[in-house]
Amino acid sequence: MLFTCMFQHFGDPGKMKDYHYTGPVEHKFSPYAFNGGTVLAVAGEDFAIVASDTRLSEGYSIHSRDSPKCYKLTDTTVLGCSGFHGDCLTLTKIIDARLKMYKHSNNKTMTSGAIAAMLSTILYSRRFFPYYVYNIIGGLDEEGKGAVYSFDPVGSYQRDTYKAGGSASAMLQPLLDNQIGFKNMEGVEHVPLTKDKAVQLVKDVFISAAERDVYTGDALRICVITKEGINEETIPLRKD
Amino acid sequence: MAIFEVSGYKKYFELHEQIFPAGLTHLVDRTNHYNFGTKTQEFAVPPGVDPSGFLKSCNHDGGVCIEMNHGTTTLAFKFKHGVIVAVDSRASAGNYLASKDANKVIEINSYLLGTMSGSAADCQHWERLLAKECRLYRLRNNHRISVAAASKLLSNMMLGYRGMGLSMGSMICGWDKQGPGLYYVDDNGTRLSGRMFSTGCGNSYAYGVVDSGYREDMTVEEAYELGRRGITHATHRDAYSGGVVNMYHMREDGWIKVCKDDVSELIHQYRKGMF
Repeated sequence: MLFTCMFQHFGDPGKMKDYHYTGPVEHKFSPYAFNGGTVLAVAGEDFAIVASDTRLSEGYSIHSRDSPKCYKLTDTTVLGCSGFHGDCLTLTKIIDARLKMYKHSNNKTMTSGAIAAMLSTILYSRRFFPYYVYNIIGGLDEEGKGAVYSFDPVGSYQRDTYKAGGSASAMLQPLLDNQIGFKNMEGVEHVPLTKDKAVQLVKDVFISAAERDVYTGDALRICVITKEGINEETIPLRKD
Repeated sequence: MAIFEVSGYKKYFELHEQIFPAGLTHLVDRTNHYNFGTKTQEFAVPPGVDPSGFLKSCNHDGGVCIEMNHGTTTLAFKFKHGVIVAVDSRASAGNYLASKDANKVIEINSYLLGTMSGSAADCQHWERLLAKECRLYRLRNNHRISVAAASKLLSNMMLGYRGMGLSMGSMICGWDKQGPGLYYVDDNGTRLSGRMFSTGCGNSYAYGVVDSGYREDMTVEEAYELGRRGITHATHRDAYSGGVVNMYHMREDGWIKVCKDDVSELIHQYRKGMF
């Protein structure tokens, strides 16, 4: 961690700093960067869906069009993480190692709920120097029902039915509230979500996100988790 | 050395565990900190910087914006028939509503409840740790921990990290041998016993409502209604509170969950003339 701290910063240069040199200015190395991306998870009666776009960007540039943000943890659990790509990679490495340790000492795979609780403690151990990652876990619980767990960067979490995270989350979450949670609608029948309808909804929702969010696009990776296993599908999105 | 054991001299290392019984914790500023330390709790700290100012300085730098879930109104009061605990359910991260059905009451055991306000991650972590310590106390001493002792454990945990930017305002409510107990504990290490508390950014609105309607000899239904009103009016005026009212009643034989009412429906009932 290198802080190039040159001189004391005298007063606020305001608008003038764009036009001429006002005096010595302090610069700092930031350990974080924002790499964009959106993640979404939906839990059904006997299935769960985790979907993410595959664009990796930084500032005005796109680093990669094929960098999915869903990581398969076990046969029944997928983790979606967006935010700073460096922290996403390290976090998934640590989780994989902890899963292996658990498997070797307890002779069974971790359940979705246990992975969620463990992720919360891993994130909180970096409370004072956080992982800049927005996580969403999707999977099947012990009874075979769909489960979604959403996290903030320092480890607070709760179980949900559906959740969107990442750069377009504020655009997607209200749409999901309306379509899956039946909010803001009167006189509608609350039909339970089928797997095919959910997959179609996720595709539609990401197409909308790619229209209006610059950090979302290129392709959509959908992981559908059922008791038969995890089925992955990739569909193209807008590349602009 | 044998002389240490005979004279009862304790090294700082062991004293540390008695002062902070929540297990050994270390602050680590190696750049290769990985939490495989599943036995001893380790916290990574950014090297050479004050942790509480560090996150603020990283924000707004190249699109980086690390927001943590925040904001609440919670209230609790003692009366003749026990303790009423009422909380809202909104979790905000900056200006975005991260959740409208967050659970802000932790059920430590059937005789102890803890509320959470401030930073959601801090509250969840330290109160889960408190639940673990209460369970260990019960197993080691063969009787349940008192409300005073449980709140003392939590406030000592907070004192250990004072000044590092934790944000937690909590009420520990329970029923023990001394009767109903209510303590307020916050991130500065403050620990107060009292008859009524409200925490969170909507607390002033809740205080106003509950202070005006409170009587020691209320009936149980009146107390439920007072708790509901306190939270509802606070959510109406405070932007960072909302969702549903989760209410618990702590009685001599343990707590019960009273209700989970949506505040938008309640506010319409209460203020018929307003809209």
